[in-house]
Amino acid sequence: MTAAVDIAELDLFYGAFHALKRVNLAIEPRKITALIGPSGCGKSTLLRVLNRMNDLIPGCRIAGTVRLEGRDIYAPNVDVCALRKKVGMVFQRPNPFPLSIRDNVTFGLRVAGLSDSQALDAMAEKSLKAAWLWEQVRDKLDSLATALPLDQQQRLCVARLLAVEPEVILMDEPCSALDPISTAKIEELMLALCEHYTIVIVTHNMQQAARISDSSAYMLLGEMVEFGETPQVFENPKDKRTEDYITGRFG
Amino acid sequence: MRVPPKVTQAIAVALFGGATVLTLAVLVFVIVFVLGKGLPVVSLDFLLQSPREMGKAGGIFPTLVGTFLLPLVAVAIAFPLGVGTSVYLTEYTVESRMTGVIRFGTDCLAGIPSIIFGLFGYIFFVEILQMGWCILSGGLTLAIMVLPTIIRTSEEAIKAVPTSYREVSFSLGATRWETVLKVVLPTALPGIVTGVMLSIGRSIGETAAVIFTAGASLRLPDSLFDSVRTMAVHFYILAREGISIENAYGTAAILIIAVLLVNAVSYGLMNRFIARRTK
Repeated sequence: MTAAVDIAELDLFYGAFHALKRVNLAIEPRKITALIGPSGCGKSTLLRVLNRMNDLIPGCRIAGTVRLEGRDIYAPNVDVCALRKKVGMVFQRPNPFPLSIRDNVTFGLRVAGLSDSQALDAMAEKSLKAAWLWEQVRDKLDSLATALPLDQQQRLCVARLLAVEPEVILMDEPCSALDPISTAKIEELMLALCEHYTIVIVTHNMQQAARISDSSAYMLLGEMVEFGETPQVFENPKDKRTEDYITGRFG
Repeated sequence: MRVPPKVTQAIAVALFGGATVLTLAVLVFVIVFVLGKGLPVVSLDFLLQSPREMGKAGGIFPTLVGTFLLPLVAVAIAFPLGVGTSVYLTEYTVESRMTGVIRFGTDCLAGIPSIIFGLFGYIFFVEILQMGWCILSGGLTLAIMVLPTIIRTSEEAIKAVPTSYREVSFSLGATRWETVLKVVLPTALPGIVTGVMLSIGRSIGETAAVIFTAGASLRLPDSLFDSVRTMAVHFYILAREGISIENAYGTAAILIIAVLLVNAVSYGLMNRFIARRTK
C-alpha cells in the first residue's frame, strides 16, 4: 500500500535549534498514526510540518522531503492554502470562534467563497452529523459556540474541519483539555473517522495511543527512535529507549 | 505599634472611595454648572437659526453643522489609515527596529499639543497647498491629530485577539488577508470602535487645531472647501471677545450634550454589537 504521507530525511531548525533530526516516517492512508514521546521531543513540530503551520514561525527552516500522495508539499509552487484544506488540524484546546455554531462549521467554506445559504446549511448538517454533534445542536445552530461544553466544542472543531473536506486530519493532543468520559467520546469518533480519513495524533497519553492507533512513532530529542505497528511498539519495542519510556522508567 | 487590619481597611475604603467620589463630583459639577448657565438660552430657535450680530443674537445652526462635519471628515480619513497601520504592525510584520520606530513615531505624534497641529495645518494645508480655511483643511488636520489614538487602540484590540483564532483560520486554508478580514477585525471591532469614538469626542471639542485650519466663518458651508465654525470655536470667540457670555454658555451646553450623546450612542452600539455576537 502506498503511504498517504511520506517523510524522508527531514531536518527542521528553529533558528539555530535543531528540532527534528533526519526523521523518516511513512503514514498509511485511513489509519491512525500516533506520535508519542516526552514534552519537547518534536512531535507537535512534526505534526505541524504536515500542514505547514510551521511556516508561520519566523526562523523556521526545513530540509528533506515531505510527500502527500506522492507530491512534495514543500515544492516552491505548492498552494499552501489548498494544502491546509487537504490536511486539517484539531488543536489541543477546543478553539471555536466566538460565533454561532453554524458560522463556525461553515467558516472554511465561507472563506473559500461559498455564499449560498442552502448549500452552507446542508454542509453544516453533514459535517455536524459526521462529528456526532448534530443531535445535540440541531435546535440551536444560531447560539454561541463557545457556550457549548468542552467536549462538544472539540467535536465542533472536528466538524468545522470536516466541512472543508480534508483527506488527512492532524490532532494535537485533542483530549488533553477533556475529562475521561469526553475523551472516550472523541476516541470513539476518531475510530469512526479513520474509515474515511488518515489521522495523525500527538498524544501524551500512552493508553490512548495503545487503544486507538494502528501505528506508533516514539520520538526523543528530535529523533525518530522507533516506528512500527502499535502492538509491536508497546509490547515488544526494539529500542531500549522506547521500552524505558513505555514502561514508565523515563518520561 | 501595628495598626489593626480593620483600621487600615477602613482607611483604604475611605481614601479610594473618596477619590472616586471626588472625580465624579467634578464631572457632575462641570456638567450641572454649564447646563445650568447655558440651558436657559437654549430653544429650538437657538438651535435652528443662524447667528446675527456676530453671535450676539440669533442661533448657532451653522456651528452645529461645522461640529458635525469636521469630526466626520477627520474620522473618514483617519479610520482607514489608522486601522491599516495597526493591521500592518500586528499582522504583516514581525517585531523589529522598524516597527519600534513606527510605534515611537505614533507615540510622539500623540504627545504633540493640538495648537502645533493647528499651526502645521495652517502652514501646510491652508497656505502651501492653497486649500484655504475650509472643512477639508480642518478635517485633515484633525485626522493627523487623532491618528495615534486610532492606531494604538486598534493595535491593542487586534493584539488581544487570541492567536488560536488565527491558527484555526490558517489551518482551514484561509489566507492572511482572509484571516484579517473574517477573524481578526470582527473580533477586534469593539476595541476599534472605542478608538474611533474617542477620536470623535476629541475632534468635537477641539479648538486650537480647528481655528487655524477650518476658519471661523458663520455662513452655512456649501462644500468641503468652505470655511466653518465649530461650536467649540464659536464658544471661544463669543467668550474671548466678550460678544455674549449667555450665548457662549448656551453653545457650551449644546457641546456638552453632543459629547455625552456620542458617548452614550457608542456605548449602546457596542453593547448591542457584543450582544449580537454572543447571543
